[in-house]
Amino acid sequence: MTITGIAAIGAGIAVIGAGMGIGRIGGAAMEAMARQPEIQGKIQTSALILAAFVEAVALFGVVVALLQG
Amino acid sequence: MKLSAIKTLFLGIFLIASFTSFSQEEETLQEELQEKHDFDPKALIMHHVKDAYGFHIIDIGEKQYSISLPIILWTDNGLVTFMSSAFDHDYYGNVVVEKDGMRFVNYKEKIYQLNAGETALVKGEDGYPTNASKPILDISITKNVFMMWVSMLVLFLIFIGAARKYKKSESFVPKGIASFVEPLVLFVRDDIARPMIGEKKYARYMPYLLTVFFFIWLNNVFGLIPIINAANLTGNIAFTMTMAVFTFIITTFSGNKHYWKHIFWMPGVPVPMKIFLAPIELVGIFTKPISLMIRLFANITAGHIIVLSLMSLIFIFKSLAVAPISVAFSLFIIVIEIVVTAIQAYIFTILSALYIGMAVEEHEHH
Repeated sequence: MTITGIAAIGAGIAVIGAGMGIGRIGGAAMEAMARQPEIQGKIQTSALILAAFVEAVALFGVVVALLQG
Repeated sequence: MKLSAIKTLFLGIFLIASFTSFSQEEETLQEELQEKHDFDPKALIMHHVKDAYGFHIIDIGEKQYSISLPIILWTDNGLVTFMSSAFDHDYYGNVVVEKDGMRFVNYKEKIYQLNAGETALVKGEDGYPTNASKPILDISITKNVFMMWVSMLVLFLIFIGAARKYKKSESFVPKGIASFVEPLVLFVRDDIARPMIGEKKYARYMPYLLTVFFFIWLNNVFGLIPIINAANLTGNIAFTMTMAVFTFIITTFSGNKHYWKHIFWMPGVPVPMKIFLAPIELVGIFTKPISLMIRLFANITAGHIIVLSLMSLIFIFKSLAVAPISVAFSLFIIVIEIVVTAIQAYIFTILSALYIGMAVEEHEHH
């Protein structure tokens, strides 16, 4: 397999991780909002920030894959 | 009232989105015709994502239309300036420009100076030129630099205009451009600066946070507008690094003694743990701005790459039947990208505010 193929698989694995992470954050945020609609704004803000953190780690992987491929 | 506003918003989004995809399709097509050999989507996409020495607009037949920008080089023999049109749209290193006794070529959107006596570029095995070197300093007005100046001018006009409106009006009721800017400024103040930095100290950091928010947002949006969308400014790692370095400097210099104590001698943990934690926390100072840098760069670049990849599918399959599917998908991605422009500006600002807030936080308890 060429280095490009391996890089693509690496990017794919990074995306799986980010998908699971952001999915869990989204699910938990929705549940929390349903329980306490009065603090919806705060939950949304923290959910976005946490999603950004998870996404950043995945993007490190994608950037490395991009540089290799 | 509300319904019509939503309708207008959707219409606006679709207008912008359809124009963008149309122009990119056009460019992809032209690019493919120009290369005249096997279609290489990777080279095409990378060329569009990277910085260049001019705005390439459209090709009609053999004729290429572009806006050329000045090239400014600092070489061994001093300053050299010429317009990028001298290269005649060539970026494969074929056209040699002679200026002040020195020869220059544009190879893969980098300017190389040929060694004395050489007349043509020789490429080595690794794809790098063997008989040429980069000039000492390349301070050309590239399309990214140009777009940065344009966005600075636009921001300047909007905010000076808004400030004038407040100065003139008797009451503090916003009018004209000010009524557009005020909710956004209040959003940055009430939803970003106040909760993250704290009621007492937020005012000092407001100018920086507002600048970062509007500058990144505007440049993200400029990245999606046709023709000038070639300037992928926020998808340039040097640009995002500069923004992240500003946050790093502000955080470091406004850190109070509690902040530094938490880094070098964490209170409330046993001594071996303190020694163990100090290097980790020290690395943490640098990883925060680095993650800011990578996040913005990768998000915006990924958006551009996805849109161009979907368009490239038409040329990979060499079939017109794929075109409606790729146009529909890239339209969908562009609508998402419009949301992403705002979200990424928001996230950069809120994380900057969070890091500054951590540095200036007061600890009354213990």
